[in-house]
Amino acid sequence: MLVFVINRLLQSVIVLLVMSVLVFVGIFLIGDPTAMLVSPEATDLERQMVREALGLDRSMLVQYLSFMGNALQGDFGRSFLTGQPALQLILERMPATFELVIVAMGFAVLMGVPLGMLAGMRPEAPSSRAIMALSIFGFSLPTFWIGLMLIMVFAVQLGLLPASGRGPTVEVGPLKLSLLTLQGWYHVALPALTLGLAKAALLIRVTRAATREVLPMDYIKFARAKGLPARRIFGVHLLKNIMIPILTVSGLEFGQAIAFAVVTESVFSWPGMGKLLIDSIITLDRPVVVAYVLIMVFFLVILNLVVDLLYMAIDPSSREKVRD
Amino acid sequence: MAAPMIPAAKTASPRRLLMQRFAESPLAVLGLGTLLLLLGFAALAPWVAPQNPYDIGALEIFDSQLPPGSVSEFTGTTYWLGTDGQARDVLSAMLYGMRTSLIVAVTSVLGALLIGTTIGMVAAYIGGWVDAVLMRIVDLQLSFPAILVALVLLSVLGQGVDKVILALVIVQWAYFARTARSTAMVERNREYVLAARCLNLGSRRIIFRHMLPNCLPPLIVIATIDLAHAIAAEATLSFLGIGVPVTEPSLGMLIANGFEFMMSGQYWISFFPGMALALLILAINLVGDHLRDILNPRNAQ
Repeated sequence: MLVFVINRLLQSVIVLLVMSVLVFVGIFLIGDPTAMLVSPEATDLERQMVREALGLDRSMLVQYLSFMGNALQGDFGRSFLTGQPALQLILERMPATFELVIVAMGFAVLMGVPLGMLAGMRPEAPSSRAIMALSIFGFSLPTFWIGLMLIMVFAVQLGLLPASGRGPTVEVGPLKLSLLTLQGWYHVALPALTLGLAKAALLIRVTRAATREVLPMDYIKFARAKGLPARRIFGVHLLKNIMIPILTVSGLEFGQAIAFAVVTESVFSWPGMGKLLIDSIITLDRPVVVAYVLIMVFFLVILNLVVDLLYMAIDPSSREKVRD
Repeated sequence: MAAPMIPAAKTASPRRLLMQRFAESPLAVLGLGTLLLLLGFAALAPWVAPQNPYDIGALEIFDSQLPPGSVSEFTGTTYWLGTDGQARDVLSAMLYGMRTSLIVAVTSVLGALLIGTTIGMVAAYIGGWVDAVLMRIVDLQLSFPAILVALVLLSVLGQGVDKVILALVIVQWAYFARTARSTAMVERNREYVLAARCLNLGSRRIIFRHMLPNCLPPLIVIATIDLAHAIAAEATLSFLGIGVPVTEPSLGMLIANGFEFMMSGQYWISFFPGMALALLILAINLVGDHLRDILNPRNAQ
């Protein structure tokens, strides 16, 4: 068990190092940042001075080490546009993205798991077929398309829900939260539904497959033979045993949802870090893009690690396999 | 010397059999029909579209933002699906847009299929540390969300149809490499490969002439479903404004162009390209899902 944890930690560190090299080389490929910083009429001598001031005349290895040294201290450079530290810009936008993603994933689990269980319990019933057909829509249509249709129906035609922005925020310490107000929930409804539908569709499929696997097991038959009420059989015996794949998939999809929030945030003008990424890409604000990528890589690697460890914690049989 | 006589097959040929089994699902046939229809319209866009949307000179600027079914006061043409903010006929723009979307998606899937399959089969055939390194790279790439990788790549590469294709190939090759490797691992130990090795045939010939044809069915299934992913990914990137350039609008970009008009109730500029996109993706999924069912060796027996 301990060997596995250490092994897994080492793997994560290697992935982080490889990705940092890739991002760094990527910056080099984009070209010489001096071209952006000096005026077009600058003489060669002036250019040379800027290059020396930025440390671009040093060897690649030295530059990489100083880049990593700064990054480890949370210094990713300053935004070309606003002059603020890139990390600060991203951290300011992070609560909005997390609010959106948490509501979306909550919706996906609350909708996906019960529907998936229903579809798994009676696979041939017309209702189950309808659920599965709808899940194909949910996961093959692009997120932005679903968002657009929701805006058209609920915001434009019916005028029920707002289609852009986050609503008023409440300050809790350093965080600005919008979910503490009713207006915030109004605003989050459509974006969260957009982001959550695709995840719900996936969870329906995972839950259905797991339910069909567990149902023929002896302990379910025994519970039935004992005359336990259906609610107890499905709510306790079945649910406990399909929890493992559901938790694993939900955990990994949480990372995917943060990545896809980039699209949802753009459609709904949600002021999160995904919209910041798109804006920075379009305005060529390179330090912010680099900071976002490194933070996301770090986050995804940690998330994968946590999901793996959780998996070991809830599934005793996987611990046995590791020991062998 | 005459070719050896092949006795007339009493049972249906594999291709015939495949077509028969495919026709068993009316939904899949409907999907295939829709797909072929859309492909035909996209391929023939310059001939069937009522207007050339790229020809700025032909546009009557006073005809902009007309609802579906309007008749132009200047030229007398009917705009069946309305016009957009620049007076382009939405139907024509949509047909041309579908063409761009399909060119990008098909090219990128073929590129990824070619590169991924080669890498996967070589990894399986050689094995050892080559296999280990290649598969670690595949794992690494698959652990990051595709859309994010494509976004970052395009922020480095810049805009352009060729760049979107390149980014999509880089995002997709790993799926094909993984599938090709897992099927090739099984094929590698089959007798016909051993026989080919005994004949001292070259590795390249064994991999591509002997093993590849036997590894194709799962790859075809993945490629079909991946085509839908590629269309969705391209549309998303173009919708965000970092995909294809304005001069060659794809469906995604047309939808983005109409987005600002939708808030004021002029739904048709985004809605119809959106419907075309959804129809395309769903049709491909119907075909791919059924192909997977009939080509899966577990179901075939």
